[in-house]
Amino acid sequence: MIKIKIRKAVKKKKYIFLAAMAFLAVFLIWWAVSGTGAVKEIFLPKPSSVLQYYVGAIQDGSLWENTRISVIRITLGFLIAVVLGIPVGILAGTFKKIEAVIRPLCEFIRYMPVPAFVPLIMVWVGIGESAKVTVIFIGTFFQLVLMVADDAMAVPDDLINAGYTLGADTKKAVFRIMIPAMLPRLMETLRMMIGWAWTYLVSAELVAANTGLGYTILKSQRFLKTDAIFGGILLIGLLGLITDRIFAFLNKKLFPWVEGGK
Amino acid sequence: MRMFGRKKQQLPERHEHIEANLANSTIYVKDLQKVYPSPKGDVTAMKDVNVNVLENEFVCIVGPSGCGKSTLLRMIAGLDEATEGQIVIHDRDIMGPGADRGMVFQSYTLFPWMTVAENIKFGLKIKNMPPQEQDIIADKYLKIIKLEKFRDSYPKELSGGMKQRVAIARALANSPEVLLMDEPFSALDPQTRADMQLLMRQIWQEEKPTVIFVTHDIEEAVFLSSKIYVLTSRPGTVKKAVPVLLPGERDLSLKDTEQFIKLRKEVNLLIEHESL
Repeated sequence: MIKIKIRKAVKKKKYIFLAAMAFLAVFLIWWAVSGTGAVKEIFLPKPSSVLQYYVGAIQDGSLWENTRISVIRITLGFLIAVVLGIPVGILAGTFKKIEAVIRPLCEFIRYMPVPAFVPLIMVWVGIGESAKVTVIFIGTFFQLVLMVADDAMAVPDDLINAGYTLGADTKKAVFRIMIPAMLPRLMETLRMMIGWAWTYLVSAELVAANTGLGYTILKSQRFLKTDAIFGGILLIGLLGLITDRIFAFLNKKLFPWVEGGK
Repeated sequence: MRMFGRKKQQLPERHEHIEANLANSTIYVKDLQKVYPSPKGDVTAMKDVNVNVLENEFVCIVGPSGCGKSTLLRMIAGLDEATEGQIVIHDRDIMGPGADRGMVFQSYTLFPWMTVAENIKFGLKIKNMPPQEQDIIADKYLKIIKLEKFRDSYPKELSGGMKQRVAIARALANSPEVLLMDEPFSALDPQTRADMQLLMRQIWQEEKPTVIFVTHDIEEAVFLSSKIYVLTSRPGTVKKAVPVLLPGERDLSLKDTEQFIKLRKEVNLLIEHESL
């Protein structure tokens, strides 16, 4: 008899418990290793040092200020990518001629490493806020277009054909069938993309920044302040997790009709 | 723009199975041909297909797999283009899909973000019919498919058979000139399938829609239809049109009668010769 079955269901409570234990285990290992003094503080700070860094950074207001500016940069870069990328992606996923124009080009550009664009962006748009927003935009836009196009293509042909045989013209088939049908997938795509946007933050803040979470990490590296590096990385991870959960929650609330939804 | 050229100008030889009274016909398919280009040269999937469907007739199309019966239906729907030949609906050449030819698909095609009632009203909404009239029609068809209780349910709450019932209602609510059905019950379990056949037959008795129904199940074809077109294997062409001379009112016990079994065997034989 098979005792351990592939994809066997697990109770939600147990799932959450296991997830919490994993976090706790990593924390304990960190705490234990750093506590013994076997590893120098400069390589691995104690949890208490990171906490101390947080306390200090909250007290002098820098933590809040850096978080705020980073969130604004991500939001702007991501929003512009979304506003431009979604219509382009839908068009590419709907009409083959438009796809031919857009897809190969985007496939090409998306393989270019974003940090490599940084010097170019500095030349193009200077070193102000727009430069940071541009980096996040470039990092997400091309990928987003391709993924939205795939979302549009994933709408079953016969769903659209059913619309045609019920009297819809192509415009109505796009607006009343394709777009509503692809919305849940689109939200999933946005959820993934916002995760990527967080990873581009550090690249963005390479551009002559003197604020932001990415900048804090880079600055701390110069002074070998590992506690601050840890603090910054952990905070970005946490913010990423929060945005991810918000998207997941919205998806569940907005699209209760999705088949096979949990 | 004409979709299908009429290249063959000379009169085609009269096929014995095509009734002479074309005036009565709803759908008229003439010398249809379908050729697919392939790296090894063109492949003729279908040729010289002639089909005539009369007003209020329930026509089934059967044939060995790969004979192009679904393709034929999709061409009538305007979802697929013929290479040559002509498809006429009430004297009009068909040009692409339209509301005059409703279709029920093999896969589930209800719009998942709409309730059952909203699905049924979709075509009416597109036509800008006043909402009150839409509701009257939706209620009528909900009753016919016996799903009044599921009016405000989403498709994900329905079983496969229920989904197909709604799909049938959605197509009929639009009052198409012909209802095209592409193996709509093939994903259902045998019991549900038999129930659906019975319901479909009842709907036809009451509403008398013109139906073209593609299936690979011969029993289903004999039970449902008033005429069966048997297609040959590739290149698909009409082998024979078999009239189904069975009573109008039908229930599942009909399947055990001698008359039914004889007819089923006859059609079976026609196809078996093709599969060899």
